Amino acid sequence: MSPSEALVRFENVQKSYDGEILVIKDLNLDIQKGEFLTMLGPSGSGKTTCLMMLAGFEPATSGEIYLENQPINCVPPHKRGIGMVFQNYALFPHMTIGENLAFPLEVRKMSKSEREIKVKKALDMVQLSGFADRRPAQLSGGQQQRVAVARALVFDPDVVLMDEPLGALDKNLREQMQYEIKHIHERLGVTVLYVTHDQSEALTMSNRVAVFDDGIIQQLAPPDVLYEQPENAFVADFIGDNNCLLGTVISEAEKSCVVKTDDGSEIEANKVNTAGVGSRSTLSIRPERVIINPEAGQVPNMFQATAEELIYLGDHIRTRMTVCGSNNFFVKIPNSSHHANLNKGDTVTIGWNEQDCRALNASD
Amino acid sequence: MSQSSSTLKTADGSLQMADGSSLKANLERSLRRRKRNALLLVAPLFLFILITFLVPIFDMLIRSVDNKITAEILPTTIPLLANWDAKSGKLPDESVFKAFINDAQIANKAKIINRLGKRLNYEKSGTSSLFRKTGRKLKKLDPEKLTSTYKDALIKIDKKWANIAIWQLIQRESGRYTNSHFLSAVDTENSPDGIKWKDEDSQIYLNLFKRTLWLSFLITFLTVLLGYPIAYLLASLKTKTSNLLMILVLLPFWTSLLVRTSAWIALLQKEGVINDVLVTIGLISEDGRLAMIHNQTGTIIAMTHILLPFMILPLFSVMKTINPSYVRAARSMGATSFTAFRRVYFPNTVAGIGAGGILVFILSIGYYITPALVGGTQGTLISNFIAYHISESLNWGLAAALGTLLLLLVLALYILYDKVVGIDNMKLG
Repeated sequence: MSPSEALVRFENVQKSYDGEILVIKDLNLDIQKGEFLTMLGPSGSGKTTCLMMLAGFEPATSGEIYLENQPINCVPPHKRGIGMVFQNYALFPHMTIGENLAFPLEVRKMSKSEREIKVKKALDMVQLSGFADRRPAQLSGGQQQRVAVARALVFDPDVVLMDEPLGALDKNLREQMQYEIKHIHERLGVTVLYVTHDQSEALTMSNRVAVFDDGIIQQLAPPDVLYEQPENAFVADFIGDNNCLLGTVISEAEKSCVVKTDDGSEIEANKVNTAGVGSRSTLSIRPERVIINPEAGQVPNMFQATAEELIYLGDHIRTRMTVCGSNNFFVKIPNSSHHANLNKGDTVTIGWNEQDCRALNASD
Repeated sequence: MSQSSSTLKTADGSLQMADGSSLKANLERSLRRRKRNALLLVAPLFLFILITFLVPIFDMLIRSVDNKITAEILPTTIPLLANWDAKSGKLPDESVFKAFINDAQIANKAKIINRLGKRLNYEKSGTSSLFRKTGRKLKKLDPEKLTSTYKDALIKIDKKWANIAIWQLIQRESGRYTNSHFLSAVDTENSPDGIKWKDEDSQIYLNLFKRTLWLSFLITFLTVLLGYPIAYLLASLKTKTSNLLMILVLLPFWTSLLVRTSAWIALLQKEGVINDVLVTIGLISEDGRLAMIHNQTGTIIAMTHILLPFMILPLFSVMKTINPSYVRAARSMGATSFTAFRRVYFPNTVAGIGAGGILVFILSIGYYITPALVGGTQGTLISNFIAYHISESLNWGLAAALGTLLLLLVLALYILYDKVVGIDNMKLG
């Protein structure tokens, strides 16, 4: 990625509100033209701060932000030409939907006829033609959300920022809106920077996801890579269901290593992010990669486990087991015709592949 | 059929209780019971307001047109006088004079004749002393031993009784109700030729109404001007800081009105703090001390200060509800901060300005104590004159008429406000 390709570039950006704590610690991020990039992280991880710095509502404490290779630290928000969708929609209550959409065009001194065409086009895009004369309060949450998206796009910005735009919607509507926003992005080819704390939202919509924690991007990767090849314990734990086993590295090969858990079990793992023999490491195993009753020799890691709790979830049975000293080890048993019938307290052999068990940095 | 406590559907589609009574009627009965209980809760307050507030107001409204005193004191004279043609240019008949002396003597014994004199004195000065003198002299007069006519006897007591005007006045004010208080309240009076303006130098109330309206508008405008930025600051600060500042706004509320007004006197008077400072720094000379109190300036300054919280509080509560992302959204769409304020923030605060404005305006239109203390002659308002007529001149009829006009004025402005801004847009918190 050469700098010239990137539409938006954060370069060594730091941010502190109180002069004591860095909310953003040395952020470097390139956003490509036409990309849908999501910032994902728990609340307080600094993702919204990034968005506010890009929009111009918060100054960066140090470092520089570039938009189309132009530094924009000193450009006021209204000259940045960045569209923004807010969590609570921020539709102006005293204006009709039509006036709301016309507002960005009006302040750009666009002629009335041109405005009308654009507003109509934008309303058509979000399937709300005929709503122009209504007030925001007369619309449902989902409709308001669509208007907010249309308003952020109506003046053809290069970049659209979305700050948890679906947070106030119920689950079904949220999923539907995820697809709609995704389709609008694909159709218009606009660059979207999206902030959310909902991982399924991030995985559904994005080209790339930046996982934020503690003011640092923990990993920046496409959704599938993020899920299957997490680079550290935080990402492994934050994205999807995950089992953690803590241990000490006792031997290392080029791509693999052996980790000895605290109860003495030795596990062969995929070496990803360890600090050498003798160091502590977190092993990450996805629940769906655990095999019940594997045949002898099928997998290198086989252990005796006790079923502690079974939760029926329809398509699968979530089972909590005690294995390798951890009593918080979850296994997904698919609800297929020949699935293993376990009862609480049963002992069973479980196992997993070396590839599916990633040795990561030691988390606390 | 098991229907112990469950409802069941009857043939015509309405639901019945287990005991056969209609469910609908039962529900209505329980709703009525709840409403009655709710009414019982407000009943004490309602009675209190009725007795101590609404009844006196109604009584005052009645007083503004009430005129039964003439008919009470001159019960036999009035019917006879009614037949007299006031424009004939001649005095009334002997019978009227006879009846008048008769009535007057009875009233004199009851010691109430001076009341009528006083009442009629509002219409024509000199009448009060005429009645007093007549009353005094009538004590010695014995109608049985009268040598002349009743007419001559009365004229002998005071020549003014030979003046047609006094009889015209009594005839005009003989009705159960009078419009004369309202006419005086708008600087007009009755005359034999109909309603006419009072003499130029006794016209005061219209100007007073105009001044009251103008000063109220000005004070309302000033409170908006001063209160808006404060409310904005309070609404945009962190809760901890804004609570502290809010206490500073509310502090005057918790101080006696009298103390606050007196403080302004200490600050603004000729030998006061502000003048002293200005003289000390040489901005004005010792002789050029500014007159900032006991005139309109004093009223405006003190009332603006005292009424400011009534503007700040509704403004603050409205601004508090304005989502900060509105302005951000406007900015992100390309509006300068001024445009964002003008097009997005300000329109959303109009409800608060309306609420605060109507509150301050109505309060100041009837404000009494501050203008009385710091207003001098040029800074007093209509309410000061109402108070004067209630407690000093004791012309309650005129005071009631002025009060009624003030009430109607406020109602008219309220309706106007409703038409222009819409009362639903008003937010008090």
